[in-house]
Amino acid sequence: MRLALKRHGVLPGFGLTLGLTLSYLSVVVLLPLTALLLKAARADLGQLWGAVSDPRVVASYRLSFGASLAGALVNAVFGLVVAWVLVRYTFPGKRLLDALVDLPFAMPTAVSGITLTTLYAPNGWIGKWFANAGIPVAYTPLGVTVALIFTGLPFVVRTVQPAIADLEAEVEEAAASLGASRWQTFWRVILPSILPALLTGFALAFARGLGEYGSVVFISGNMPMKTEIAPLLIVTKLEQYDMVGACAIALVMLGVSFLFLLAINGLQWWSRRYAMS
Amino acid sequence: MLIGGGVPSALTGFSASSAVTAERPVVRWALIGVAIVFLGLFLVIPLIAVFLQAFEKGIAAYFRALLDPDTQSAVRLTLLVAAVAVPLNTVFGVVAAWAITKFEFAGKNALITLIDLPFSISPVVAGLVFVFLFGRQGWLGPWLEAHGVRVIFAVPGMVLATVFVTFPFVARELIPLMKAQGTEEEEAARLLGASGWQTFWRVTLPNIKWGLLYGIVLCNGRAMGEFGAVSVVSGHVRGQTNTIPLHVEILYNEYNVAAAFAVASLLATLALATLALKSLLEWKVARQLAETDAKP
Amino acid sequence: MNSPSPSSVVILRFSLGLVLGVLIVSSVLTGCDRSNSVATDPRGTKALSLLNVSYDPTRELYAEVNRQFSAHWRATTGQEVSIRMSHGGSGKQARAVIDGLEADVVTLALAYDIDSIALHSGLIAPDWQHRFPHNSAPYTSTIVFLVRKGNPKGIKDWGDLVKPDVAVITPNPKSSGGARWNYLAAWGYVLKRELGDLKKLREPKPAEDVANAQLKARQFLTELFRRVPVLDSGARGATMTFVQRGIGDVLLSWENEAFLAVHELGKDQIEIIVPSISILAEPSVAVVDTVVDRRGTRQVAEAYLQYLYSPAGQAAAAQHFYRPRDASAVPVELLRRFPKLELFTVDEAFGGWQKAQREHFDDGGVFDAISKPRLSEP
Repeated sequence: MRLALKRHGVLPGFGLTLGLTLSYLSVVVLLPLTALLLKAARADLGQLWGAVSDPRVVASYRLSFGASLAGALVNAVFGLVVAWVLVRYTFPGKRLLDALVDLPFAMPTAVSGITLTTLYAPNGWIGKWFANAGIPVAYTPLGVTVALIFTGLPFVVRTVQPAIADLEAEVEEAAASLGASRWQTFWRVILPSILPALLTGFALAFARGLGEYGSVVFISGNMPMKTEIAPLLIVTKLEQYDMVGACAIALVMLGVSFLFLLAINGLQWWSRRYAMS
Repeated sequence: MLIGGGVPSALTGFSASSAVTAERPVVRWALIGVAIVFLGLFLVIPLIAVFLQAFEKGIAAYFRALLDPDTQSAVRLTLLVAAVAVPLNTVFGVVAAWAITKFEFAGKNALITLIDLPFSISPVVAGLVFVFLFGRQGWLGPWLEAHGVRVIFAVPGMVLATVFVTFPFVARELIPLMKAQGTEEEEAARLLGASGWQTFWRVTLPNIKWGLLYGIVLCNGRAMGEFGAVSVVSGHVRGQTNTIPLHVEILYNEYNVAAAFAVASLLATLALATLALKSLLEWKVARQLAETDAKP
Repeated sequence: MNSPSPSSVVILRFSLGLVLGVLIVSSVLTGCDRSNSVATDPRGTKALSLLNVSYDPTRELYAEVNRQFSAHWRATTGQEVSIRMSHGGSGKQARAVIDGLEADVVTLALAYDIDSIALHSGLIAPDWQHRFPHNSAPYTSTIVFLVRKGNPKGIKDWGDLVKPDVAVITPNPKSSGGARWNYLAAWGYVLKRELGDLKKLREPKPAEDVANAQLKARQFLTELFRRVPVLDSGARGATMTFVQRGIGDVLLSWENEAFLAVHELGKDQIEIIVPSISILAEPSVAVVDTVVDRRGTRQVAEAYLQYLYSPAGQAAAAQHFYRPRDASAVPVELLRRFPKLELFTVDEAFGGWQKAQREHFDDGGVFDAISKPRLSEP
């Protein structure tokens, strides 16, 4: 096992790398975001609050958060299975499947959206079966979830895969020789050690889902109060020349995803410490 | 000894033959089945659908769509945007990962979260912030206009938006990997007299190469496929500020579904080709490693 | 000890290749870029370029007009002019011009969007609507219905849209110009049905009747939007939903869009139904004053828009299913395609676009109110 040995002064480049990181971060990310904050700061508080607390906007947060959460959960479960299967087993077509996992990254979101809508619409290849079973997929919150599962999948699989590959065989063998069943080994030994990676993947999929636009607008149906996602409302506000409204909704989403990411990073830190002690 | 995190499965010491650490065949095949069905529903069928629709009007129509001058200019612009955004973010990713994983300092969690941020920001908002910054009524807009510099609705704006959106990919890939690897190998190299650059080049880089390569692949994929953010800052001038994804949307809106999917299939093919290349590299390195190990 | 040398050779080669690739690609591209900008440089004596920022359904029309106008301009002045196009949702396009998209001319779906450019940016003079004939709207259109082949639900007029088992497809009036015309057309139909004559809206006397008619119209629109399963953000998206996805029984659509859809997507699937009355949709055009003065393109930009009013321009409009303003030079067989129906204007029924937008489509307006009862539904 590796020792958590951290010493200052032995490795070079602290000032250089941190300085570069901070300046690049400031120019590329923080400066533009400041422009957003400034825009909001100039607006009147009541107006901002009015924009973010409008029932239609609140309903869109509910959908965006709910569908992202559902999509990320589905991905956490099935993504783990996929990662496990791809690392541990051999079967025909494995390489191909492994490569395909990255597809959602490379497809322009608009193309994914159009394709998924074609497939999951009531007259589509897959949607047909669901429609016959009385479950419409496209143009419902379920459709939004489907699109978010698609966009989020690689995040979970690709974060969990290296963690599974890094597991040391001896630990599992030891668990088995101490009489643990395979399931117990998985639950008590394997899962805890890949949990940080799984959590990261989950968080990334969730965060990506919150802001996703291109792949969702086609399949969502965009009904006010029902299937309208928050990013679409931002676009709509912009087209009505309502910069303040757009700004306000954008700020809420930004704030929430920032807090969420902060919490997950903290959690990971904590679980790493926990695992080491 | 194994080399760090993003190791291809072929290199790990695991094999299904080790009886105590393997699942029963029933469980194994059930899991494989679940994975295949899941990936099939969400990845394979959509991919097939893209190509089926691309070739709906025949091979000739497919190539006609690709050779169209507007498509060509969209391809050129997409390559240009990626050629600027990817190297920038690659360098940044390595630098940031080094700072974060090799040193302890206050506010590290906040920094990591800031790096993740562009990722959870809606692409629409990402485009919007550049409008606020460089638009005619934005912060720097009037100054830019007075000096005849066009950022928004021109190529520089699209590059900036892409850099913003693909910002975290390489860093995000490297940080967990380098964190897991710790610092003792680098420290050992330093104690043996290697310079900082030598340490990075000879010790760190080989250890992180798969993560790095993978991060670059992701960054590139997103840079070429980005739609929302680029759409907000592009202005959609045909043959001038259209990237491949925007051109796909245009063709689709012209009722030209087959051509839209033909152009879209370019990006899907590109992704598959990059990933094939990645597999090939993995295999080659695995063989080289095996050869080196065989020698004393 | 790890032996990193072979793998670092591979990674080195890879990164070297990557860097080389980047260099080659970017140099080739900047080369292309430069030649491009020379060709379209507005300061050049020979080469002129215009940017026409337009909305979605005009792609086919302007592809044709641009070809004709370039030839016309070359013949009359000897100058080459290339016209570049940008298409998108009307509101989004107006927003882009306000934020700095350098359009020489705008040809948008509604006068309201051009008003907004004038109001929010000052790039266009406020009196733009008087610069060209017919309120600066060189062609018109209206709102019609697209139904499935054979009209299985028996939809003949606006009243049939609220029958119990009918599903209606329209884009979202918040984001789509076409959808606003749809909405106002339906509203105007009820006013006309209740009042008999839209002139009564102006008369002070039967104020109660008018209020009653407005209430009826509101109820009608509430019922109508209850039957909408999908609200796409733009007109083209809605057409796709209706035709390709097979959702809904009737699509409310621009007349030109409906003709084009039947033409492009299949006569055997869908057919057009013309209601008894509809709205006169007037897509407007304007020269962007600040831009043309800076780029020195005012003359050609004005000639370009003027060309839309010429016999050839009017024929091109009719060819692409827009109703011409001046039918005198348009071939009869093109005109015969446009069915006769009663048309009212936004001014007649709603007192102008500014008022209609404020009352109906702005946040907190009627459209927001009528889409709210959905909250209580399961």
